[in-house]
Amino acid sequence: MVQKRVIVVGGGLAGLSTSMKLSEEGVAVDLFSLVPVKRSHSVCAQGGINACNDVARQQGYSEWEHFDETVFGGDFLANQPPVLEMARMAPGIIDLLDRMGVPFSRTPEGNRDLRLFGGSLYKRTFYAGATTGQQLLYALDEQVRRHEVEGHITKYEFWEFLAPILDDNGRCCGIVAQDLRTMQIRSFRADAVVMATGGNGLIFGQSTMSIICTGSGTARCYQVGARLGNPEFVQVHPTAIPGEDKCRLMSESARGEGGRLWVPRKRHDSRHPNDIPEEERDYFLERLYPKYKNIVPRDIATREIFYICEQGYGIGGGQMVYLDLTEKATGIPYDVLKRKLGGILETYEKFVGVDPLLEPMKIYPAVHYSMGGLWVDFAKDEKTGGLRKADPRNQMTNITGLYAAGEADYQYHGANRLGANSLLSCIFTGLMMAPGIKKFIASQPPVAEHAQSLYDGAVQKQQAAQTKLLNSKGSDNPYMMHRELGKAMSDNVTIIRCNSKLKQTLNLIESLKDRFQNNLGLPDSGMWNNQSLGFARACWDMILLGEAVTAAALAREESRGSHFKIPDDMINHHDLPLEERALQRDDEHWLKTTLVSYVDGKAALSYEPVDVSLVPPRARNYGKVTAPPAKAPAAPAAGAAA
Amino acid sequence: MIAPAETTKTVKLNVLRQDSPDTQPYWQHFEVPCTPSSNVTSLLRSISANPVTADGSTVAPPAYEASCLEEVCGSCTMLINGRVRQACSTLVRKIQSDRPNEPITIAPLTKFPVIRDLVVDRSRMFENLKRIKAWMPIDGSFNLGPGPKITPEEQQTMYPLSRCMTCGSCLEACPQFTRDNQFLGAQIFSIARYYNMHPNGKTEKDARMEVLMGEGGITDCGNAQNCVKVCPKEIPLTESIGVIGRAATVYSIKKFFSK
Repeated sequence: MVQKRVIVVGGGLAGLSTSMKLSEEGVAVDLFSLVPVKRSHSVCAQGGINACNDVARQQGYSEWEHFDETVFGGDFLANQPPVLEMARMAPGIIDLLDRMGVPFSRTPEGNRDLRLFGGSLYKRTFYAGATTGQQLLYALDEQVRRHEVEGHITKYEFWEFLAPILDDNGRCCGIVAQDLRTMQIRSFRADAVVMATGGNGLIFGQSTMSIICTGSGTARCYQVGARLGNPEFVQVHPTAIPGEDKCRLMSESARGEGGRLWVPRKRHDSRHPNDIPEEERDYFLERLYPKYKNIVPRDIATREIFYICEQGYGIGGGQMVYLDLTEKATGIPYDVLKRKLGGILETYEKFVGVDPLLEPMKIYPAVHYSMGGLWVDFAKDEKTGGLRKADPRNQMTNITGLYAAGEADYQYHGANRLGANSLLSCIFTGLMMAPGIKKFIASQPPVAEHAQSLYDGAVQKQQAAQTKLLNSKGSDNPYMMHRELGKAMSDNVTIIRCNSKLKQTLNLIESLKDRFQNNLGLPDSGMWNNQSLGFARACWDMILLGEAVTAAALAREESRGSHFKIPDDMINHHDLPLEERALQRDDEHWLKTTLVSYVDGKAALSYEPVDVSLVPPRARNYGKVTAPPAKAPAAPAAGAAA
Repeated sequence: MIAPAETTKTVKLNVLRQDSPDTQPYWQHFEVPCTPSSNVTSLLRSISANPVTADGSTVAPPAYEASCLEEVCGSCTMLINGRVRQACSTLVRKIQSDRPNEPITIAPLTKFPVIRDLVVDRSRMFENLKRIKAWMPIDGSFNLGPGPKITPEEQQTMYPLSRCMTCGSCLEACPQFTRDNQFLGAQIFSIARYYNMHPNGKTEKDARMEVLMGEGGITDCGNAQNCVKVCPKEIPLTESIGVIGRAATVYSIKKFFSK
């Protein structure tokens, strides 16, 4: 009897957690990654990972509070049972990582230390300096290496996933993939496939993401019928170092550990920041949000930074504000912050040339995380309110046998993600869904019995598509097209959205689609380690994802979390605060999940209700002092629960 | 999301290319626009977008590995002006600070076989991680409570070691590490020290010491100390080598007396 196998695409935290857990459950795993798995984008995560803990518990915190913070932070767009399950499992996940040897920062007694993070008034974030993602990823990388040596996991690194293979019943039964060095394309049988391919920041050109984060994994499933969920919800992180090639993240932990955002009170103040006295500084988040101060959730902080710069108070009148970690501003000694935030301080110094503990950092918001992604199912446990254990429906996309986990899914963070919840959702989804996948494959006929012609046909299709690309002799360079897409998406589909600009962007995307299909020119047509080919393929995926994000944003006529819609006739009212220009949250019409399907070459939208059965939606504000306009959010429709 | 405006100029690049593992290397010259804060990965990206040499020929762009662009993933290790560096954190203004307008030379690592252009095969480093059992042998992933207490001092020793991104800089710089020998190198000695320190990792210490004292092991270190000078994460590699050296002595004595 041929052993059943599961393919995991993506070797970041979600992919490695899934692989490790499946392997422990006795399932053979084939793990595919563009890069050696320990170079996955998870390595860039900085600040920490959330879980309820003994200290916070004694101060009144609980797993339920963590759950409530998360759905509140997500502006009530997330289905609630999966989030509750995640909050409940979180403390156990931290313990597991601890046993795996993650070098968490420690207290004098030798316990794991905690820090404050966005959207919570309790310290519930565990961390390893300011490079937590790196240490978590390496710990899981090592566990997977052990399983590899023991023969349960086979890694295919420097391989690119090209497409899922579906049988005549629409069940996913394998993938087509390409060896990036030899350019060999072949098929792989699998009794289930897991997509753990991360987010899609590259569609915006510059972001905090690695350059492999094109969203191609998601897009290639979308093109064969997998639905997307809430793609319009894109997190713009408030504090990054602006850059031509990448906006380098300056972790929220900088603020959690005492860092303060400010601008000079006087516009165009040309003095060195260290020469501007306290009374001539506007610590604007502290002024506007007395309770949460510098750690209001990211969408809110980002809009405040945008607004203050729009009003001309940015550094030198430009798009930049100060993030101050100097002892003068924080009252915290140099050595303490050096130890707690070392990794990000080094990054700032390497790329900007200044020690951020001696001179305030200059930062601006940047695209950071995709709350949306592949739509996935969940099986609610009516007794616990969380998820039914080992249910095959947990994390399955609308394609039978095709699963998604980590940033690639859409399930946990609603309209805005809280900091340090992503490392959690990546590891949680991997560990949680593995038993369900095992049950699924046990219930299905083995794909070993499928005809070889199905697989050969899938390979031929990809080879034909590749040949067409390699023969492209047009004048449109994929790198240039990507630049155009990125600029339009960045300008029009990030912090502020208005319909006229969104429509303009959709028009550009239509023309990019046409140019790609009819006028593409490939810089490299060789058959050995051809990187231009990979980029051109990804360019097409990014154009399609850009369309999905923009179309969904155009349709959603409200503001919620990171999606902030200003009507066209209000867009030039710079005299008004942003909240007075924008549409309000509208639960009556818009408390629903956006679903996007690829139909006849275009993004087709539909909607489904959100499960808000555990916590009724309430107004989301973090105690802003300047009152927003009198219009309150519309009351939720009766029976809004799924 | 917009970088502050900087003056654009042109920089000359000399890139050592190689079309495949079995063909001969050859130089190619490019002129690329840049600003003072451009990094070498951006220069290579510019060539990908417009792969025309300095004398006007259109070529296939040089292949290179890159991912995070912020020096945490270890992908973009290469030789820049003869020194091993991460291309993403090598800024034009830094390399040209005392030699403005000089061309920048980019070449692949010499200690690993070339696959194409700047892409080399670094799998040896990962195979060696398997040999020294570079993992914590835990009792499975069910929730069995927290790990052991670790003092802040222990954590502050372990954390720097845990930042090794397997980039290969130390091995490139090391005179003892060659393509055709078995030398493990600083990367492995330092990671072994890390696993030997942790209460859960300690259980495999003897197995690790057997490997570290075998062929290509710790006794082959010539104490050149190049490794610690080039490590981008400033890991105290020579300190780790010292620790492993002492552990090797202790282990051989222990073995001798337990015969």
